[in-house]
Amino acid sequence: MGTGDGIGIQLAFFAFSALAVGSALLAATARKIVHSAFSLLATFFGVAGIYGVLGSDFMAVTQVVVYVGGILVLLVFGVLLTDRIPDEFRVAKPRNYLPAVVASGLTFLGLAWAITGTSWARLPHVLRTPAEAGPTTERIARSLLTDYLLPFEFSSILLLVVLVGAARVARGGTR
Amino acid sequence: MGALTLTHFLVLGALLFATGVLAVTLRRNAIGVLIGIELMLNACNVNLVAFSRYTDRIDGVVYAIFVVMLAAAEAAVALAVVLHVFHHAASISTDDYTEMKG
Repeated sequence: MGTGDGIGIQLAFFAFSALAVGSALLAATARKIVHSAFSLLATFFGVAGIYGVLGSDFMAVTQVVVYVGGILVLLVFGVLLTDRIPDEFRVAKPRNYLPAVVASGLTFLGLAWAITGTSWARLPHVLRTPAEAGPTTERIARSLLTDYLLPFEFSSILLLVVLVGAARVARGGTR
Repeated sequence: MGALTLTHFLVLGALLFATGVLAVTLRRNAIGVLIGIELMLNACNVNLVAFSRYTDRIDGVVYAIFVVMLAAAEAAVALAVVLHVFHHAASISTDDYTEMKG
């Protein structure tokens, strides 16, 4: 393989990163919660593009199907069902801005410090390009049904419990 | 520009995570807080898939799939709880959820 990724891959990385981070910032700060939910759509597509850049085709498709098709629809449902909100609750109080920005800034600085302070030299640079590694779906399936069989089965139980529990909680229960 | 390295993806993950923290701390709407949590889960998935690529092992992607599954379950349950509390307290603002007695 060559010394690195082509210029197209790099451009795609920066474009998808800008899309994801920009729309995530909008999702965090939009005045109306509906705008926030819809800019989350762009974030999810941006992250799916990043998975594509990483050559993880299955994750890119899963991201679109589960996040955009499932979680985002759920969030929009929640927004619409809780629509009767006085306007002053839609925006953060100005006095909340400073602590929030400080908290997230400190989080980023701490993470960046840890990332740049770690020597990643022990990790191989890039072993294979995505084209050489081929589709990931078969390797994922093999791994899920051999090494990760127990967590896989547990997750199906968890999903069943969530299905029943969420339905019961949302209906209000029977006191 | 050199080649893309692991650090690029880790910094992107850190940025997304910090944005999620911003949303969780800034939003007064309980659904806004859920949006922040989804952002943070996405950030760790970016990290997991990046590590998977740069170690050429598939395990990172398998973990990321479990995280996606957990995120879906978390969103369903959290939304059910939020709707229930919304009917109970007649408010979506997290500031009003001060009483947790059944």
